[in-house]
Parts: sequence; structure tokens; C-alpha cells
Amino acid sequence: MSPDSGTPYLPAPFTTSPTPLTLITRGAEAALYKTTFLTPHQPCALKIRPPKPWRHPTLDARLTRQRILAEARALVKCGREGVRVPQVLGMSWEEGWVALEWIAGRTVKDVIWGWRAEGAEKGDAWLRGLLGKVGRAVGLLHSIGVVHGDLTSSNMIVEEQGSTAGEGEIVLIDFGLATQAVQEEDRAVDLYVLERAFGSTHPREEALFGVVLEAYAGSYKGAKATLKRLEDVRMRGRKKSMIG
Amino acid sequence: MPIALGLEGSANKLGVGIIFHPPSTPPSPHDSAHSDDEVPKSQSKPSASSQVQILCNLRHTFVSPPGTGFLPKDTAAHHRRWVVRLVKQAIKQSKIQIEDIDCICFTQGPGMGAPLSAVAIAARMLSQLWDKPLVGVNHCVGHIEMGRTITGADNPVVLYVSGGNTQVIAYSAQRYRIFGEALDIAVGNCLDRFARVINISNDPAPGYNIEQLAKKGGDVLLDLPYAVKGMDVSFSGILARAEEMARRLHAGRKGEQDLWKEGDKVIGEEDLCFTLQETLYAMLVEITERAMAHVGARQVLIVGGVGCNERLQQMMGMMAADRGGSVFATDERFCIDNGIMIAHAGLLQHSMGFRTKLEESSCTQRFRTDEVLINWRD
Repeated sequence: MSPDSGTPYLPAPFTTSPTPLTLITRGAEAALYKTTFLTPHQPCALKIRPPKPWRHPTLDARLTRQRILAEARALVKCGREGVRVPQVLGMSWEEGWVALEWIAGRTVKDVIWGWRAEGAEKGDAWLRGLLGKVGRAVGLLHSIGVVHGDLTSSNMIVEEQGSTAGEGEIVLIDFGLATQAVQEEDRAVDLYVLERAFGSTHPREEALFGVVLEAYAGSYKGAKATLKRLEDVRMRGRKKSMIG
Repeated sequence: MPIALGLEGSANKLGVGIIFHPPSTPPSPHDSAHSDDEVPKSQSKPSASSQVQILCNLRHTFVSPPGTGFLPKDTAAHHRRWVVRLVKQAIKQSKIQIEDIDCICFTQGPGMGAPLSAVAIAARMLSQLWDKPLVGVNHCVGHIEMGRTITGADNPVVLYVSGGNTQVIAYSAQRYRIFGEALDIAVGNCLDRFARVINISNDPAPGYNIEQLAKKGGDVLLDLPYAVKGMDVSFSGILARAEEMARRLHAGRKGEQDLWKEGDKVIGEEDLCFTLQETLYAMLVEITERAMAHVGARQVLIVGGVGCNERLQQMMGMMAADRGGSVFATDERFCIDNGIMIAHAGLLQHSMGFRTKLEESSCTQRFRTDEVLINWRD
């Protein structure tokens, strides 16, 4: 994001890493690198939250700690309950980093774009299959009481299995805004965010989003109620009327 | 000659401004074609360039006593009492004739109902008396356009922070789109109400006095909630907690409970002000950074009354520099509500053929920034 900002911030163990760090992306909160962890054979995704010097140091440390812990706890809970997410390999809330299992594969966004670029020759049924997997993955996540907070097609990876790209399981990533919530409303808003993001990223496939919701509906016991709530959320949107 | 008179009165400031847009840069659809050539971006803007001339910018503020806020009824009475005097003075100071004026611009919303109506009546009266068209202006769009013109920021992410509004805005396809906003009270409202609790002066502004007190603090940062949800923020919980802290402070002083100490330090108002500022502004900088990352922008423009705050400007500047960009802010003449921004945005609308019919000139307390068609930008 910022090529002119000089040397990136790296915490202690990674300044002497035998594997060079490759910057994957830099968001507002964190920078994501590909490197290895502990041994050169363990590829990892390293998420670093650099200190924000404009924030009061006490506040900065408090926020970094809270957010790293919340993200790690959500991931550990998912792992324990059988939702496929990257495993937490290591972390330090003082230094502001968390090392995650490297997931090989392509994002759902890239897979859909690829499908479109190939002239949709794999057919609608193939895409429906993929979207069904997305719906079930989100349903499974919600069934254990975790809300992702930022569901988009780029925050889901289709895991590589052998040589057939785009055929593997869905792995949800980036739990930076995840909360552990059991409210129907939170789950409905989570779906709404996905619906809106999907529409703007894949306008030509938007009509097929219903497949995601159908698969979601059958994925856990409270899914139907959440979908009913989604209708209310759609009506109201995020928009509030502005006063003064 | 494109000259507009602008009237602003959405809150406790009554503003009258007169602006002149030199006709050398007429806003036309051809401007967008030029920007495809090698013309620097700052020149691709239509008449929102820095060539505008401010003929006068007058303001009169209704200041309520410490511990109280401004009530709609009293504020409207203040505006009624001053509007004629200010308009007369503005015409005199600008050295223009009434014939030179092209349109009467006024704030149509958002804001407090009674003050808005009081000023709208004055605008209608002038429009009929002088036979000039009316142009209703969205207050937020006025702030944004004035900020862009004064600072020369071309296509910034805009943080609009005032007593009534907290929004993160970016321009896209002829609208100022709201990416994030306060879900409950505005940041300025949170500051104003806190100032009332600790009983500090509303003159010149409560936020200014909090800022001065905060400069004396800084030894300790107390624990306030921090409520950022994606690109939205929430302040009411913070205010409730800060009010609780103020009560504890007072009770300690009066001997009703132990004096409040953190270590050896006796906590005072300055520590509360410092903590409040640090927390609120960190939240604002965070949502602005999110929006910048989202749209890939490097410029930030801060507008609105809270935008005068130097600590907020400093924090925002550090964040923008870290992203390889810069921050643009204006001083109190343009940050705080004023008539010139209404005249400026109104004249841009007028140049695109926009008119507000008399029967459609009623004002509205709710008027979202993204409702206005921004057809003078590419």
C-alpha cells in the first residue's frame, strides 16, 4: 500500500528469519507476509500489527493485545470445533504478531473470476457447487457461535487438493474483525456484509448468490431464523437517517 | 459575474458570506476531457479551484452559559436578531451592488430545525426582495467543497467531524459516499456534553477549552471504552463513562469519597480531557485509515468544527505520512460553520443550472450527504 514508507516494521524473531518475508498485502490494521515459522519447512502467513505512533502508547498496546487475542481465540475455537481455518502457530501480543498456518490455494474471488475468464465453460452447475460449499462453510462457522465480521469472496480460500485447482474445501481466513457472538442479528449482518460484497465484486454472478443462502439454510439448526432476520437487515441496510 | 450570498444557521453560528468565482474557469463538461491529457490533476477540477475570491465571511455565535447547551428556540431567536445586520454589513464590506449577486444560497439541512427555519426565512425574504434565485445547500457538501478549495486537496478521503456529524466520506460517481459514520451521537456532541459536565466555558467553543485543558494533562491515560465497528464508531458509551469519571472526581474533591489518585498522581479535569481526546481521536484516525486503505487514497481532508483541533490534525498527519500521503485541514474561518462555504457550494450548484423553487425551499433536519448530485466534479 505504501511503497514510500521505508523499511517495514518487523518484530524480533522475524528480523533474523532464514526465509525472506514476502509482503502479500498491507491493510489498515496489519501487514501480511509469507515466510516460515520455526523450521524452514513450515510455511506460514505472518500477520503483523505495527505500532501506531499517533496513538497513545498505553491505548495502542491495549488495542493490539485485545485484537490479536480476539483473532487467535476465534481461530482456536474454530479449529477445536472442526471448522477449517488456518491454525495458530505462534503469537505475541506485546510484539503484535500472529503466525498462521499457510493455506495453499486461490481465493474464491480469483476462482470465480477465473471461471468467468474461461468463458464459464465449466458451467453453472460447477459454480453452484462452489457457492454451495461457501454457504455451508459460513453456516458451520455460525453454528459454533463465531461471527466473521468481514466476509468477502477474498477472505475465503479454495484449498488446493493435488492438482485440481478450485475443487478443494473452503477455508475462511482473516478473522481480524471476528467476534464470538450468539445473537441472530450478528449472524444476519454477517451474511448481509457477504451479500453486499459479493454483489459488488461479482456483479454478473450476483443472481447465483441465492445458492449460498440455500446451502446456508440447511447447514445448522438456527439457520432459517437467521435468514428471516436477514430480510429485516436488508430492508434497513446500514443506512440511518441523519440528524443534525 | 458569478457572485453568491450564502446564509448558514444550522446550529449556534449564524454565518453570512459572499463569494466570487472568476469566470475564467467555467465549470463545463470539457473540463473532464482535459484531465485525460497531461494536465496536472489539480487543474482538472472545475471552478472549485483556489481562484475563488472570498469577498467577506462574517459570523456571529450564540454562546450559552457554562453547564448549558444551546437550545433551538434561543438559537433561532439569536439568528433572527442578527441576520439583517450581518447581511447589511456583508454587502457593505464586499463593496458590491445588490445587482451583482447571482443567487441566494442557504443551508437546507441537516441541522437543528428552528435555527435552520429562521435562516431559511431570511433567505426567502432576500430572494423575493431582490428577485434572485434561491439555492438550497447541503451543509456537509458545503464543508467538503470549501475544504477542497481552500486546501487544494484534489480527491481526498474526507473526515467530517462536528457537533452534529461524524462521517468518513469519499467521492465516487458524482456522489459523496459515506463509508463510515457515528452510529449514535456525533463526536462534537460528545465533547460538548462532557464540557457541560465539568462545567467549562462554551466561549469560544467547548471543544477548544477541552483541548487547552488536555494540554495540561498527559501523565496518565485512563481507561475509556473504545468502540470502532468496521468503519463505524459509537460515542455514547464513552460519554457515559466519562461522565461517571467526572462525578467521581467531584465526589473526591467534596470529601464524599477518597480523592481519586492513580499512583501518586491526583486525577484532575486535565487528565479526563486528555484521556477523552486521545480515545476519541484515535477512533477517528482508525476509521479514516480504514477508508483510505479501502479506496486506495492518500490524501485526507478534515472538515467541520472538531477539525480545528490540533491534536486531531497531528494524529491524522502522522497516519497519513505513514501511508505515504498527507493531511489537509483548514483553520477556524472555514472549519467552523460559516456562510462562505454555503455560498461556494451553492454557486457551484447554480453554475450547473440548479435552482430551489420557493415552494421547495423548506428545510430538513435530516439531509444525508449522499443525497446530493455532485455534477460539477468528474
